[in-house]
Amino acid sequence: MNKNQKRGTKMGNLNRRTLVAALGLTTALSLTGASWAQDVPKVAAIWTVPVEQQWASRLHNALVAAEDRGEIDYVYSENITNTDYERVMREYAEQGIALMVGEAFGVEQPARTVAADYPEISFLMGSSLPPVEPNFATFDNFIHEPSYLTGIIAGMKTETDQIGMVGGYAIPEVNRLMHAFMAGALSVNPDVTFSVSFINSWYDPPKAKETAFAMVDAGADILYAERFGVSDAAKERGIFAIGNVIDTAADYPGTILASALWHGEPMIDQAIADVKAGTFAARDYGIYAFMEYGGSSMVVDEELAGAEAVEAAKAVEASILDGSFVVEINDSEPSSTQ
Amino acid sequence: MDILLDIFASANFWAAAIRIATPLIFGVLGALICERAGVLNLGIEGIFVAGAMAGWLAVYLGAGLWGGVLIAALAGAMFGLLHAFLTVILGLSQHVSGIGITLLATSASYFTYRTTLPDVSSPPRIAPFQPIAVPGLSELPFIGPALFQQTLFTWLALALVAVVAFVLYRTPLGLAIRAVGDNPASVEAQGLSVRGLRIGAVVIGSALMALGGAFLTMSAFDAFFFGMVNGRGWICIALVVFASWQPGKALLGALLFGAFDAFQIRLQAEIGQVVPGQVFLMLPYLLSILALVLVARKADYPRALLQPWTKGQRH
Repeated sequence: MNKNQKRGTKMGNLNRRTLVAALGLTTALSLTGASWAQDVPKVAAIWTVPVEQQWASRLHNALVAAEDRGEIDYVYSENITNTDYERVMREYAEQGIALMVGEAFGVEQPARTVAADYPEISFLMGSSLPPVEPNFATFDNFIHEPSYLTGIIAGMKTETDQIGMVGGYAIPEVNRLMHAFMAGALSVNPDVTFSVSFINSWYDPPKAKETAFAMVDAGADILYAERFGVSDAAKERGIFAIGNVIDTAADYPGTILASALWHGEPMIDQAIADVKAGTFAARDYGIYAFMEYGGSSMVVDEELAGAEAVEAAKAVEASILDGSFVVEINDSEPSSTQ
Repeated sequence: MDILLDIFASANFWAAAIRIATPLIFGVLGALICERAGVLNLGIEGIFVAGAMAGWLAVYLGAGLWGGVLIAALAGAMFGLLHAFLTVILGLSQHVSGIGITLLATSASYFTYRTTLPDVSSPPRIAPFQPIAVPGLSELPFIGPALFQQTLFTWLALALVAVVAFVLYRTPLGLAIRAVGDNPASVEAQGLSVRGLRIGAVVIGSALMALGGAFLTMSAFDAFFFGMVNGRGWICIALVVFASWQPGKALLGALLFGAFDAFQIRLQAEIGQVVPGQVFLMLPYLLSILALVLVARKADYPRALLQPWTKGQRH
């Protein structure tokens, strides 16, 4: 299929909804004027999961907070399947938004195609691939630094020297957190071994729980909880768990030793500021998840973890913040050790 | 080999197998009743979701645990009624209607969840069914921890296997249900209503399916997540064939699948560094297909499965 034919098909696909949206846009612009849109930029987010999912919630909450401060107009769609993702992107694009936030992990190429079709819109998308000039910026949750710190806590706290780790899918954004956690634990306790399992689902808490039970049966006394369900198993069996992305300590009293938290605000606020200032560029916004920018942090239950472990973790935290220690980023698939 | 022996000799392994099997037992019983009456119910996956959501939400809103079980069953029965209307009364394609029910029930569940709890940041938890220790029996070596650390919900599933088997094979109603799926003309000749029996079977079967979903949110876990049913309904459709439409074998099939899954979970953690984890995730399905291939060659389908019936028709 040559280029012209392709364009012809695209025009043919122009449906009634798009036309209505386009008409609505024209009307809106003529009524309000484009300058108004710049003062309070309209931001659209498209999530492939419900907004209460850990990952999406970090950014969703940051966007809601920005709207509450009156900085943006925020609209979003949740639970959009990857097959539907491009259509929803185009519908929002036709509504004259200034910034689109979302996740391109399952739609890397289509998302970039849409971005190319709407050069006036800034795109900030979760992605495993590089940004594309001029308007397609990328990000990811780089919280490997606090993950390393929680590893230190777990490594010092384990008595059986066995740690169980349950993940969703073995993809880079999960793998690097697990590797950092393992490196942190090994840095203080070379004897520790890890059981690693993936359940190949983001949302199957009963299965995650069963997987965690199996690890406890095999002797693990600390669980790395990448998914919902794992901390439940830890609580039921009276052992400890390490949290990830969000702080769930209140839901599992006496269970969560420490958590590696992701904060969406530094990146979202930076992106909004860049859009307003007209300096939004196709770059990697993932760095705003680094501890240096306040995009991630470790929270630790000092009573459960004990002073010694907390002290060791805080010491490394300080050297990460002053730049004297760099946590390695390893995206390869982790596996059990013996 | 030591690893394998260790796994199979562990009571916790068998306890896990039964836990994993429980939702499948409900689902496969439900599908079995529908199909025995001649109606394929591919709405099962969505009905699981509806049961998971309705039961959990009812408990969250103040109904007791057993109230939640009842609500879940009613939600399933409602979708069963819709499926029966489309396939039994209107005689539409059972495949198409079933898939439609799955899509509708899934979306309707999420819609209800979202509109009822618009502001929650993470799904609220309920106090789920707790494992109960049976005095005396729980202390038995091996069997005690394997069998007697389950919740009442699991016992309900096991009891239902006996009930369904009894009704199907020992009562006039069961005879009529089996006949309506094999030879509806004979049922009509008896002066019984083919459509009435089929509608009843689909409604009851769908209610059981919903209990499978409810187990996930009310016993295996304590909150509802979108997508958490994760194909368990579809597995039941395969298990019915494996079970040759017999309740006893259905229980066996569900337990077998539960054991496969509990096995792969343990194997993955033990020797995951040698073999990629995806191989283990594939294992229960692969073994199920293998079992199906071996069993399904002799599959004895209900003769009138997928065939709608019009009152007074001659053959």
